[in-house]
Amino acid sequence: MQRNPQLNEKGELQHLLSTEGLPREILLQILDTAESFAGVTEREVKKVPLLRGKSVFNLFFEPSTRTRTTFEIAAKRLSADVINLNITVSSQSKGESLLDTVANLSAMQADIFIVRHEFSGAPFLIARHVKPHEHVINAGDGRHAHPTQGLLDLFTIRHYKKDFTRLTVAIVGDILHSRVARSLIHGLTTLGVPEVRVIAPQTLLPAGVEALGVRVFHDMREGLKDCDVVVMLRLQNERMRGALLPSAQEYFKHYGLSADKLALARRDAIVMHPGPMNRGVEIDSTVADGPHSVILPQVTFGIAVRMAVMSIVAGN
Amino acid sequence: MRLHIKNGRVVDPASGKEGAGEIFIADGKISNESGKADRVIDAKGLVVAPGFIDLSARLREPGYEYKATLESEMGAALAGGVTSLACPPDTDPPLDEPGLVDMLRRRAKALSRARVYPIGALTVKLEGETLTEMGQLTDAGCVAFSQANVPIADTQVLWRALQYAATFGYPVWLRVEDASLAKGGVSHDGEVATRLGLPGIPSFAETIALATLLELVRATRARVHVCRLSTAGGVELMRRAKQEGLPVTCDVGVHHVHLCDMDLGYFDSQCRLEPPLRSQRDRDALSRGLVDGVVDCICSDHTPVDEDGKHLPFAQAEPGATGLELLLPLTLKWGQANKLGLAATLARITSEPARVLGVASGRLAPGAPADLVLFDPAAPFKVAPETLKSQGKNTPFLGHELAGRVRTTIVAGNVVHEQ
Repeated sequence: MQRNPQLNEKGELQHLLSTEGLPREILLQILDTAESFAGVTEREVKKVPLLRGKSVFNLFFEPSTRTRTTFEIAAKRLSADVINLNITVSSQSKGESLLDTVANLSAMQADIFIVRHEFSGAPFLIARHVKPHEHVINAGDGRHAHPTQGLLDLFTIRHYKKDFTRLTVAIVGDILHSRVARSLIHGLTTLGVPEVRVIAPQTLLPAGVEALGVRVFHDMREGLKDCDVVVMLRLQNERMRGALLPSAQEYFKHYGLSADKLALARRDAIVMHPGPMNRGVEIDSTVADGPHSVILPQVTFGIAVRMAVMSIVAGN
Repeated sequence: MRLHIKNGRVVDPASGKEGAGEIFIADGKISNESGKADRVIDAKGLVVAPGFIDLSARLREPGYEYKATLESEMGAALAGGVTSLACPPDTDPPLDEPGLVDMLRRRAKALSRARVYPIGALTVKLEGETLTEMGQLTDAGCVAFSQANVPIADTQVLWRALQYAATFGYPVWLRVEDASLAKGGVSHDGEVATRLGLPGIPSFAETIALATLLELVRATRARVHVCRLSTAGGVELMRRAKQEGLPVTCDVGVHHVHLCDMDLGYFDSQCRLEPPLRSQRDRDALSRGLVDGVVDCICSDHTPVDEDGKHLPFAQAEPGATGLELLLPLTLKWGQANKLGLAATLARITSEPARVLGVASGRLAPGAPADLVLFDPAAPFKVAPETLKSQGKNTPFLGHELAGRVRTTIVAGNVVHEQ
């Protein structure tokens, strides 16, 4: 197999495309750097000059408000110039190819491309074709990866639990379509989490998911027993009724996180969700807003993590 | 034109004979008379074998001339030692009318290069609803009927099509894939697809469709050739069907003998193929199936795709790879890996596909058409855009160094390629 395309010849992070195959040291470097930026976001003047004069292009081939905004905030706090491009309504509708779009933006002196695309692997294709000084950060590709989300989840877990090597983490819901789940699983296994569980019906699990290093549970109550961390995944509206699931109500009955199910986890368990939440479908409001929930801190940490990733790739 | 080929190592897979020998050619046929030749070809250090017969090669005409033309692809065929090729009907428009088939045959004949055997569409526009005029298409030159890569979703139409074809003895060539199970899939549904987040096509999309097809063969006794098998389960079903005596044969694409889903690496769109590259286990079963004869032939599944078609995210990339010029080196590689002699190896691309097609070529017996290839089995071949004659420069083997180079190709007693 080829060299990991996100690392340069020195083994440093050139692009961030996936958490898969990233060495432990790089994951920790990102988390530690994010830790140092967490302070910045609480200061009155929330800016550092690390990316002054650099151009960050938000290239979103798929609509997103939340992720794009947090990347924009992170880039601005690093003093970069941010250009937002909503590709779905511009060049793609004119038939311009993905690589032509990137070549054109590259001619406008881009330094970092933040890419979201509906098809798995699109950021890899772009990374293969950009100039050596340009960096690509994957902001979500198809079902494949959402590495900054995975990293902010890791950051959140470390913040509350300190030591990865004694944890049981459960990821609940639509694993099949989830890039968030894949990115988090790779990160957790690399950082030595001894037990990563996935909890879902067969229809929402991809083939051979065990090969990612996870234990499969279909019974949520059994799967939540003694967990330190519970990660709930969003269930897309269009998947709530059909051949994958009969109804949102039935899904909530089996896989929705309610207070009584959460009581099976450890007393100090934390509950996470990448957002946006479907209250009453995958999570009960009493849990989402309850004492175990760290869902809003996740969003805050996300900015520090994205600052860390951008500053690290730009420095390599 | 009378030819005399001497000093070569003559390999005739049909008879299993292999050794030093001479070949005489007269009037476009192999002759046992050693009369005075117009030209003597010294084949020292070369293997002399029947020209290769490829059961699936897309020439992209009509309709996709920007991807390849008859000229470019016939040149590629001869450079690869392929003297006969069957082309699937998925042109634009599809080969569903006698006029189109006639035009293709005339165009091919005018180029007087490889022999082209058009496969007609089994249903109009390949839509799986209305049968084509198989009788008229046969008169126009179609040797079999197929759906190319488009499965027939309606099993009743498939049943009727097989009944109709069986009535007149028309062979039906089908790739087996359940349309509903394959919907949206772009890769083998397994660990690699899970890791890469690619929508998968389960192995049972093939075995369910194949089991259905075999049941219909049992009922109709239609003569069916199963194209480009991709799963271990498919090989097993074919084994049992043949033991039972059903009139079925099958082939495998040459890529699937060597590659598996692990080769997708980081979304390598060169590996976007139809059917998808499956697991190592499937690949090994296909290779063994070829050795023990359950799988009859290897085809190139030649599909020229232009750069734009591959410079896309994996799922959007156009499936297919160039193959005509890789058929020999990759078949030799398979034979070596399985410790087979040259005759047994080459049978998969000569005498066996000749049997499936029902043609007299593919062997070196006196009276057989003088379609021959002279090749150096050890000469290195670096796969690169500049070494490929095909207009399609895309293949998962780009950059690989393979062994086996064609030096001379002869069709109907005429030297049509020399290198």
